[in-house]
Amino acid sequence: MAKEALPVAAATLAAPPPLKREKPGPLEYMRRWPLQLMVGLTLVFLYLPLLTLMAFSFNDSRRNIVWQGFTFKYYEKALSNESLIEAFVNSLTIAFFCTIVSVVLGALAAVMLWRFRFPGKTAVEGTMALPIVVPEICLGVAMLVFFARVLPWPMGLPWPLNLGAITIAHISFAFPFVATVVRARLSSFNRELEEAAKDLGASEWRTFWDVLVPHMQPGLIAGALLAFTLSLDDFVITFFTSGPDTITFPVKVYSMLRFSVTPEVNAASTILIVVTVVLTAVGLHLQNQKPQENKA
Amino acid sequence: MTDVSPVHTQAEKLAAAIKPNPIIIFEGVTKRFGKTIAVDNVSLQIQEGEFFALLGPSGCGKTTLLRMLAGFETPTEGRILIDGKDVAALPPNKRPVNMVFQSYAVFPHMKVADNVAYGLKMDGVAAAEIKTRVAEALELVKLGGLGDRMPDQLSGGQRQRVALARALVKRPRVLLLDEPLSALDAKLRDQMRSELTSLQEKVGITFIMVTHDQDEALAIATRCAVMNRGVLTQVATPADLYEFPNSRFVADFVGSVNMFEGVLEKDEQNEAIVRCNELSAPVYLDHGVTGARGATVWVALRPEKIEMHKRTGEAPKMEDAPAGTNVVAGVIRDIVYLGSETNFEIELEGGRRVKTFRSNLTRYDQEDFTWDEPVWLAWHACSPAVLLS
Amino acid sequence: MEQSWKQAKAAFAAIAAPPVLWLLLFFLIPIAVIWAYTFGENVGPVTIDFTGTFANYARALEPLYLGIFGKSIVVAGLTTVLCLIIGFPVALAIAFASPKMKAWLLLLIMLPFWTNLLIRTFALIAVLREQGYVNFALEWLWNNASGFMTLIGLAPLGEYEPLTLLYNNTAVVIGLVYVHLPFMVLPLYSALDRMDRSLMEASLDLGAGHLRTIWAVVVPLAAPGIASGVLITFIPALGAYLTPDLLGGTDSQMIANVIERQFKRANDWPFGAALSFLLMYLTFIAIAAQAFVQRKAERRG
Repeated sequence: MAKEALPVAAATLAAPPPLKREKPGPLEYMRRWPLQLMVGLTLVFLYLPLLTLMAFSFNDSRRNIVWQGFTFKYYEKALSNESLIEAFVNSLTIAFFCTIVSVVLGALAAVMLWRFRFPGKTAVEGTMALPIVVPEICLGVAMLVFFARVLPWPMGLPWPLNLGAITIAHISFAFPFVATVVRARLSSFNRELEEAAKDLGASEWRTFWDVLVPHMQPGLIAGALLAFTLSLDDFVITFFTSGPDTITFPVKVYSMLRFSVTPEVNAASTILIVVTVVLTAVGLHLQNQKPQENKA
Repeated sequence: MTDVSPVHTQAEKLAAAIKPNPIIIFEGVTKRFGKTIAVDNVSLQIQEGEFFALLGPSGCGKTTLLRMLAGFETPTEGRILIDGKDVAALPPNKRPVNMVFQSYAVFPHMKVADNVAYGLKMDGVAAAEIKTRVAEALELVKLGGLGDRMPDQLSGGQRQRVALARALVKRPRVLLLDEPLSALDAKLRDQMRSELTSLQEKVGITFIMVTHDQDEALAIATRCAVMNRGVLTQVATPADLYEFPNSRFVADFVGSVNMFEGVLEKDEQNEAIVRCNELSAPVYLDHGVTGARGATVWVALRPEKIEMHKRTGEAPKMEDAPAGTNVVAGVIRDIVYLGSETNFEIELEGGRRVKTFRSNLTRYDQEDFTWDEPVWLAWHACSPAVLLS
Repeated sequence: MEQSWKQAKAAFAAIAAPPVLWLLLFFLIPIAVIWAYTFGENVGPVTIDFTGTFANYARALEPLYLGIFGKSIVVAGLTTVLCLIIGFPVALAIAFASPKMKAWLLLLIMLPFWTNLLIRTFALIAVLREQGYVNFALEWLWNNASGFMTLIGLAPLGEYEPLTLLYNNTAVVIGLVYVHLPFMVLPLYSALDRMDRSLMEASLDLGAGHLRTIWAVVVPLAAPGIASGVLITFIPALGAYLTPDLLGGTDSQMIANVIERQFKRANDWPFGAALSFLLMYLTFIAIAAQAFVQRKAERRG
């Protein structure tokens, strides 16, 4: 440090304690206007399109360009659009079954990787990472071919079995995500808890249920929410595996988009946004509620 | 070579009163992890009612030995018998031993009472009986009334008691403790030390403890086994370990020691003489050593057994040794004041440094030893231990 | 301390079987079938003959398709760079904000990520089209500026020409940046948050300005985070389907659109399979590059 700077530094050190509205510190970027502006602009960039989309779902105009008045009629139209409702129900059903199976498979995969040493473990770990990494279009294409040529899903099955192909495809790409989340949670597990249970007389199965699963629980919940959202929102993979009688909500909205852009599409989109946001809020709330069990 | 010392501590009184009845037998137990040998051919018998300590530096195999007893590792060679029965086929949940883990391993999602009741639930004990036994166990560890708390509301020391209660409520034949005092702060450690001892006396079962802290082992245990690199080096009562170590490792590990390498010059039935390069005078002992004449031996002299005198005139003569033996000259090089005592480091002719200490008997420093002061160091003929390895 | 599977064979089998079998049957086999298809030929409307030909790959490397690959890489790269430029300051600001603000800001940035991709892309249409908000705003500014000019005695500006922001490559890039920005911010924030602040303070103390500090100290230290963010932005952008489909024009096709066409309209499955696999190989190359950068950064400590 320069000789002249020393007295300055000393003076700063000896300065009286700062008043309430003091100047921001050197690293408190958020309190200085350049970055405040940056963050603000970014947030505007991110939210403006969404907010206007939601606002215009109430627009009383077919062409949906200029605001012409407030109305709920497009919501009524959307909610009475039978094929839209059917698509929504389909999406929920698929997401529901996908979540259940993904959580089970994901939890088992996580335990397998966390607990055991076995030949070929790196290969299995790598393969489990593939569905996360490979571009969705490749997965979609693979599923399309699989269900068309290798394992044709029978036609004309009653609901909900006809959604099987889509559900299977969703599970395949969702459960590795669940496995990652659960495995992260497992890494903080104190193995002595398992040993303690066994020492006190518990069998393998009881140890799993009484000690391991409670620890995994936050991970399982987070994984379940993740699987549900991934399934509900998915477009590309579903686009390739669905047929004319097994439409899901995003696919239906897509075709509405391609044909006519009325505020009905806005209404349907807004409904989907609200559902997703509510689910995320619930998930976050549940996660924050869990008392920290990292000790002992 | 090990003399039988007079019994003078509480623990040893207890040890003497115990009827010989090996509840645990390790027969030639070896454990290998790949190429590493964690436990090397250990044979050991532990009697019923003992408070036994497995002592040694980290990595010596003591925890592995304990875990083999609990059933979490299987021996590569050898047998383990509990109550005379080979337990090789028994998984941990079927053995009559229970363990208190180093991290306590209290189930975080269960109440204290449920934690303690867990083992009884696994045994299929009736609900009413579980309630009474859990209450008893909590009283025993002085946690009575805290049954409804969650573990994250308890302190570390309280969680340890939950772990103790949880293990003891099952009335095992043996209780295993993995480094029970290492995670506690100094005051709590002292408290737990005496509590563990009284607990063991009250419950009356065999306790086996693993520790790297030799203070702990000496204070609590009735008998200790010292391990080094997988090998059992000495099994003895704490006093015997301290005063009659059988090797340099044990002498150095248990308590502090001044070690001198030397040559055994004379070895009779009632006396022996060792000449060490680092000591200007020969070491005279009042007992025989059982070694070959001319063999290399080591003299282990504990700091508290060295007397320090001001070097103003002739060397002091010790009554139990010929003149010119067991006395050396030195200069004080380092003084560390510890309140109740003062540690001194003295440099001998030839450069070797020796540790000793003096209790501060009065509030004024009576003899006023200071830096660079010339002194005589002297010791009794029965004080050094001569080690052959 | 892991257990060897041999120590609990029954438990291992019960735990490992379902996920592994599922992966095998419903993931590896479909991918393997696609791979086989890359060597096949169409011999009729629904039958495919596996002739072991490399013709599909050869066709994929023709100038036309190579050009599309190239364009996709450029678009994805541009998207990544823009996301980095916008995302880095934002991540920096959040990492150094007060704890309360931090949580809120993170939530606000990530919330759009939770909404449907389709909807987000669709929302941009209303913003970018000729009668969209950007043009409305610009037109308003233009007309006001024009009015102002007449006020001070200068000739007014001409008619407002709306910008064509939709149905072209610009729209695709804007759309991809819009969709992927949260992907970039999160790993950047993670890395910056974990960084040792005292190093920055030391640099400032030694006289370096903020920008120099950021360039010389922060960027190297946050390199693994940057590499992560770049990777999880680049790969999805490379394989994007919806955004170029909804926002792009006839010359804004990316690889995913071409692949879709082979399967849904052109009915040339082998060729589509070859294109898909080439996309996958590109993905793996990108991952390997990132792992390399990560290892170099870790070695530096």
